Amino acid sequence: MSLDYDTLVVLVACVAAMACALPGVFLVVRGMGLMGDAISHAVLPGIAVGFLISGTRDSVWMFAGAAIAGILVAMLTQVLHRIANVDRGAAMGTAFTVFFALGLVLMVQLADTVNIDPHTVLYGALELTPLDTVAIFGMHLPRAMGPICVVLACSIVTIAVLWKELRIACFDPALAQTLGMRPELMHQIVMVLTAATCVACFEAVGSVMTVTFIVAPAATALLLSRSLSVVVGIALVLGVITAIAGHWAALHVPELFLGEGFDTSSSGAMAFVSGVVFVMALLCAPRRGVIARRLALRRLVFDVAIEDALGLIYRLEESNVEQTANQIPQLLARDVRVGPRRVQRVLSTLTRRGLAVVEHGVWSLTHEGHAAAAGLVRAHRLWETYLAATVDVPASHLHTAAERLEHVTTEALAKKLADATGDAAIDPHGRAIPPESE
Amino acid sequence: MGERGLLDVLLLQDYNTALVVLGTTTLGVAAGVCGTLLLLRKRSLLGDVVSHATLPGVVAAFLVMQACGGTGKSLPGLLLGATVTGLLAAWLVPVLRRASGLKDDAIMGVVLGSSFGLGIALLGIALNLPSGNQAGLEGFIFGKTASMVRVDALIIGLGAAVVIAMTLALAKDFRLLCFDEQFAASIGRPVALLDAVLMMLAVAVIVIGLQAVGLILMIALLIIPAAAARFWTDGFIATMCWAGGIGAVSGWMGSTISAMHADLPAGAVIVLVTGCCFALSMACGRRHGLTQRWWRGMALRRRVERQHLLRAMLECGSPGTHVALNQLHANRRWRASALQRELRRAVRSGELDVHPEGWVLTPLGEVGARRVVRNHRLWELFLIHHADIAPSHVDRDADLIEHVLDAELVAELEALLDPGEALPSSPHPLERRAP
Amino acid sequence: MPRGGEHDDAAPLSIHDLTVAWHRKPVLWDVDLDIPQGKLACIVGPNGAGKSTLLKACLDLVPAVSGEVRVFGQPYRKQHARVGYVPQRESVDWSFPVSALDVVAMGTYRRLGWCKPVGRSQREQAMEALERVGLEAFAHRQISQLSGGQQQRVFLARALVQDADLYLMDEPFASVDAATEQAIVDVLRALRDQGRTVVVVHHDLQTVTEYFDWTVLLNMRVVAAGPVGDAFTAEHLRATYGGRLTLLEQAASALGQLASGTTRSSNG
Repeated sequence: MSLDYDTLVVLVACVAAMACALPGVFLVVRGMGLMGDAISHAVLPGIAVGFLISGTRDSVWMFAGAAIAGILVAMLTQVLHRIANVDRGAAMGTAFTVFFALGLVLMVQLADTVNIDPHTVLYGALELTPLDTVAIFGMHLPRAMGPICVVLACSIVTIAVLWKELRIACFDPALAQTLGMRPELMHQIVMVLTAATCVACFEAVGSVMTVTFIVAPAATALLLSRSLSVVVGIALVLGVITAIAGHWAALHVPELFLGEGFDTSSSGAMAFVSGVVFVMALLCAPRRGVIARRLALRRLVFDVAIEDALGLIYRLEESNVEQTANQIPQLLARDVRVGPRRVQRVLSTLTRRGLAVVEHGVWSLTHEGHAAAAGLVRAHRLWETYLAATVDVPASHLHTAAERLEHVTTEALAKKLADATGDAAIDPHGRAIPPESE
Repeated sequence: MGERGLLDVLLLQDYNTALVVLGTTTLGVAAGVCGTLLLLRKRSLLGDVVSHATLPGVVAAFLVMQACGGTGKSLPGLLLGATVTGLLAAWLVPVLRRASGLKDDAIMGVVLGSSFGLGIALLGIALNLPSGNQAGLEGFIFGKTASMVRVDALIIGLGAAVVIAMTLALAKDFRLLCFDEQFAASIGRPVALLDAVLMMLAVAVIVIGLQAVGLILMIALLIIPAAAARFWTDGFIATMCWAGGIGAVSGWMGSTISAMHADLPAGAVIVLVTGCCFALSMACGRRHGLTQRWWRGMALRRRVERQHLLRAMLECGSPGTHVALNQLHANRRWRASALQRELRRAVRSGELDVHPEGWVLTPLGEVGARRVVRNHRLWELFLIHHADIAPSHVDRDADLIEHVLDAELVAELEALLDPGEALPSSPHPLERRAP
Repeated sequence: MPRGGEHDDAAPLSIHDLTVAWHRKPVLWDVDLDIPQGKLACIVGPNGAGKSTLLKACLDLVPAVSGEVRVFGQPYRKQHARVGYVPQRESVDWSFPVSALDVVAMGTYRRLGWCKPVGRSQREQAMEALERVGLEAFAHRQISQLSGGQQQRVFLARALVQDADLYLMDEPFASVDAATEQAIVDVLRALRDQGRTVVVVHHDLQTVTEYFDWTVLLNMRVVAAGPVGDAFTAEHLRATYGGRLTLLEQAASALGQLASGTTRSSNG
C-alpha cells in the first residue's frame, strides 16, 4: 500500500506538530515558551559537530550533538541569568544567537561535504520528506518520520508516567518542592524532551516552525481550557488541524491570486495558520473569548436596564403619584442614562416578558412584575440599611451605592443582608423595605 | 572577493571593503545604543519578534512592487515593507497579551512563528514567480554583507545617525521610563508614546541591519553589546557608550574577518565576535565582571578574617603580652589551617610579631585591633540602647556588621553614644564564639 | 468632616465617588473624601484594602471606573506641577544603572521639559534634596549599593526636588530602619510646617497618632476619615480590620463586571 505525496507530507507534519505540542504545553504553562525558540536555534552547531565527528548525515552522532547543544544552551541561559545577573530575556538571546552563529559558520564550512542548506535549518524541507521513504509493514513511510515518532513516543511515555509531578511542578513549583517532587528535575526533563523534539523535527519543519509548533497550539489550548489534561488534548488536536489546514492553504491559497500551478512552502503556511488559529480562538472562545465576553457584558447591561425600569415603575406606584403619559420613558432616559432606542427595547421587553402592561402611555406592573420589582427594591433598601450601619457613608451617597449593588444581589445574599441588618423594616431614608416574597 | 592581506583590509584600501566595514561598524554603534534601551526596559526578546516579523514585509513589498510593474528590487521599498510589518508585530504583542491574559513569552512565540511563517509562505510564492528578480530576497534572512553597495551604506549611516540622535535627545526621558514608569506617568510623561518611540527606534535599527546581518541574527547585535556593557559600568549614558563601543568593535572586527575569508558568512562572524566581547566582559568587566566579583568577595573575606584575628589578640591579653595558639582557639572557633595562614599573613604585613611563646601585636596591629574592637563594641552598645535587643544576642549581629562600617557611620555612632576616646567596655562577658 | 457631597474646591485632594476595578474586581468603591490643606495625613487599612490603588487612581496611573479626583480644584492632568509622588520602593529595579543623584534629579524632569539634558542647576537642586535627607555622601553611589532605608530616602529626596504642594507617598516607612523612619518623619513634618499637604500610605498602626494629624481608614471604601483624634477610634479600627464588610466583598466581583460593562456601554 502506498500513500500519495500530499498525504505523506501532512502525515509528517502532523506527527511533528504533536511531538512539539507535548513539551510545548509544559513550557508555555511555566512561562518559558521562548526556550523552545532558543533550543531549536541552538541545535545547529550540535548537528554540525556531530557531522564532523561521524562524517555521515544520518547518524546517532548528529542527533546526540544536537541534543547536547540544545541542553547546553538552556543551561547557559540559566548560568548567565543566575550567576552573571543578566536579564532572563537577554541571557536567552545572547546564548542562542551565539550558538546559531557558530552553527552557521560551521555549516558553511561543511557546505562542500554535507548537503545541508542553512535555509533548511530555518524552515525545513517538508516537501522533500516523501521522496525518501522506508517500507514499514508494507507501507512506504517517509524516513524523517522515524525519529519524530520515537521522540513522540518518548514524550507520551514520560508525560504519562510523570503526569502528577509535572503538573504540580508547572503550576506550583514551591508546593512541589515541599512535597519532595523536585520541580527543578521536572523542569530539566521538559528541557530534555524539548531539545530531543527540536532535533527530531528540525529536518522536517525547521527551527522557526518548531518554535511555532511548540508555542502556538499550547497557547491556543490555554485560551480554551484551564485544565492541564484538556489543554494537552486540545494542543494535540490543534497541532493536527494546523498541519492539515496549513498544507491545504499552501496548495490552494496562492492559486486564488496567481492562478493554477502556484503553491508555496507548506511549513511556512502551517506556522502562519497556527497564528490565525490562535487569533480565532482568542476572538471566538466560548466563554473567555473576546466576542463572548463582549456579548455577555451587553446582556448584563441590558438586564440591569430592565431591572432599573422595573424599580422605577415600582417606586412610582409606591409613592401613589399619578403617572402622566409617557412619563416612564422620559424618567428612564434621564435616571438610568440609556439612549432613546434602548429605552424602547427595554420597555418592549418588559411587556413581552409579561412584567408590565401599558395603557395610554401609563405603565403598571403585572403580578409577576410586581414580585420581581419588590425583590429588587428590597435588595436596594437592605443594602442601604447595611451600608449605613457598617461603613461611614454620607446619606446622600447611600442611594448610588445601593443602586449598583441591587443588581448583583442573589437571594442567598439578600437573606444574609436581612440577617445582618436584623430584618429591618425601614431603610435609612424612612421608606418601607418590602418583605421577602414567597 | 578573494583572500586579502590583513593590512589592506584594516586600512580600508579597497573601496568596497571600506564601505562594508564602515557600514557594519556604524550599525554596531546604533544597535548597541538602542539595544541598551531595550535591555533596560526588559524588552530584549521583543526585538527578536520584530526582526522575524520583517520578513513578510520585505517579501510583500517585493510582490506589491512587482504587481505594480516594477522590478521589485528597490531597497528603500523593501525596507519600508519590513518597517511596516515589524511595527505591526511590536504593536500586536501587547495587544494580544492584554486580550488573552497569557504570559508574554507565549504571545511572542506565536507572533514570531506565525509572522515568519507568513514570510516563508510569501517567499515561496515569490520564488515561483517567473520574473527572476527575486534572487536577492533570501539574502535578508542571513544577511549578505559582502554585496553591500553605496546606497546600503548610506541607509545604514543615515538610519544610525537618526537613531543615535533621537536616543541622545530623549536620553533623560528614556532613563526615567526604564527606571520608574509609574513616576514618569505621575509627572505627566506620555509613557505609551515613549514606549512607541522606543519600539520605532528598535525597528529602525533592525531594518537597517537586515542587509548586513540578516533578520535571524540581528537581535544578537541589539542584545549582546548592551548586556556586555552592564559588566563595565553603572551609569546609564555610560552603559550606552560602552554598548555602542562594543557594537562598533564587533561590527568592525567581524566584517574585517569575513572580508579576509570570503567564505565565512559576515553576519554570523559579527555575532561570534560580539559573543567573544560578551565573554570577555563577563569575565573581566570592571564593575560586575566575575573576576571582579570573586576578587572583591575574597578581599572582604580576608579582611573579616584579619579583623577577627586582631580582635582576638586584643581580647586574649593586654597589648604587649604574648598570646599562644591555644588562647586564640579558646577565644573563637577557628579552623586550624585558616588561623595559621592568617597569622602568617598578619606577621608579613607587620601587624603581629612572632615569638617563641606566642604572637604579639605590633604598634601598627594594636591600632587596627583597637579600631575593630571599638567598632564592635559601639555597635553592641547601639543595639542594646537603641534597638531593644537582649545583650546575649548582640554579639553575633555586631560581629557581622563591624567589618563593613563606613567612617561616617562610626562617627554617627560615636556622636550617638559618646563613649569618649577610650575603648568602650564590652557589655557582655567575653567568651568563646562561633566563627 | 467635609463629607457628604459637599466638597471644598480649594482642598489639595478631593475625591468624588471614586470606584476603581482591577480585573473586574472593585478595589475601591465609592470613595469620597477631602484632604484639607496643610495636614500630614495617613491612609491605613488591611492588606488589599486598596490603599496604594487609591494613590495611583489620584495620579491617573490606574483608570477609574467612575468618579473623579480633583487636585486643588482641578483634574490631576492639569496639576502635575503641584503634586509629588513617592512610589513603593519595590516598584522599581534597584540594579538599574543610575546613581542616587541621577534618581533625585528625575524630580526636575517635568520642569526641565523634553530633550533638555540635566544641567548643573538641576544637579545642585538634587544635591540639596539629598542633603535634606542626609544622603549627600552617597550621591554618586549606584543605587543598588544603598541600604533599603537609604533607597527610600532617595525616593523622598526626589519628591522634595519636585517642590510640590501635595505629596502622595506609597508606604515610605515600609521596611526601613528606625533612624530612617525618624529622618523621614522629620522631613514630612517640615513639609507640613511649610503649609504643604502630605498623604502617606501607612501600615503601622502604633505610630499613627504620633506621626500624623489626619487619617483615612480604608477598606475598599472609606470607613472613617478625619483628624486622628476623631477618626482613629477603636470602633472604626474594628470596622476597618474586623471583616464586617464580608457581604460587600461577596457582591464585589459581580459588581466589578457590572461596572466595567456600564462604562463600556456609556463610552460606546
